[in-house]
Amino acid sequence: MKVLFNEGWCKGCGLCIAFCPQEIIHLAEHLNRKGYRPAQVVDQDKCTSCAACARMCPDTVITVYRPDRKQTAVS
Amino acid sequence: MKTVFKRTTGLTDAETHYCPGCTHGIIHRLVAEVLEELDALETTVGVASVGCSVLAYHYFNCDMTQAAHGRAPAVATGLRRVLPEDRLVFTYQGDGDLASIGMAEIVHAAARGENITVIFVNNAIYGMTGGQMAPTTLLGQKTATTPEGRSSQLQGLPIRVSEMLATLDGAAYIERVSTHDPVHVLKAKKAIKKSFEIQRNRQGFSMIEVLSSCSTNWGLTPEESLKWIKSQMIPYYPLGIFKQQPCIGEES
Repeated sequence: MKVLFNEGWCKGCGLCIAFCPQEIIHLAEHLNRKGYRPAQVVDQDKCTSCAACARMCPDTVITVYRPDRKQTAVS
Repeated sequence: MKTVFKRTTGLTDAETHYCPGCTHGIIHRLVAEVLEELDALETTVGVASVGCSVLAYHYFNCDMTQAAHGRAPAVATGLRRVLPEDRLVFTYQGDGDLASIGMAEIVHAAARGENITVIFVNNAIYGMTGGQMAPTTLLGQKTATTPEGRSSQLQGLPIRVSEMLATLDGAAYIERVSTHDPVHVLKAKKAIKKSFEIQRNRQGFSMIEVLSSCSTNWGLTPEESLKWIKSQMIPYYPLGIFKQQPCIGEES
């Protein structure tokens, strides 16, 4: 898991989608407790951990991780 | 796994009431991150204004108070003068608050060279009250009170606050930044950090004007709003440093 969305906080504004260079973020089909379609990443392997989404998220929904180099080589 | 980005401890666990895509959330985060990095969360007092950011005291994880409309620089002046000098004092104001009803307070706080930091969020409209014209509304911009678009003959010309305050000798650091893409968000954080460092060095008044969006009242999507900042606001409100006093040497 490289990018983690705190789904309940998301307002579905789509700024993360607009700025993801890999274009892997989408709005989910379901609604969160606020009534918005939360942003989500299905294809975690394509994430480069650039954190552009997290820097543009107005609600600090997103946490970004980068795997250690050794782990990447193994996987 | 290395954590590249996580929520700063400078923000409380409260969820913001801002509209989806409102860049207030980004600017809150930048200020909170800077306070965390400066290890100043326990020694900072913020002053919230009136406007959309009126509830900012719920969101910042430092001591906060809230001032009457436009009077945040006056309240910050009082705090500055009664608190020990190692404390940081900042105000967080919108353009309706700072540039309209609070114009006298901000001009005189800058003229006196009060050692405070002002975060000025300019979105060219009154957000909370329903999208009326602000002093910073652009020419031709349609708002609730200028349905035909702002006209220079009827409503006058928009005010460039940073340029105006930069003419005052009391101002130590004035910069205008934007939040319309990740690169400019990083630059905005750098500017905010610099303004707090200037306050810590007791160099005087510093203000960071942050161009912000209001997708609800502009009638655009959050993404279109950021493009509107770039295409419409930045040509009239150019980014950059408008005042930078030389650093005070170690002897001070």
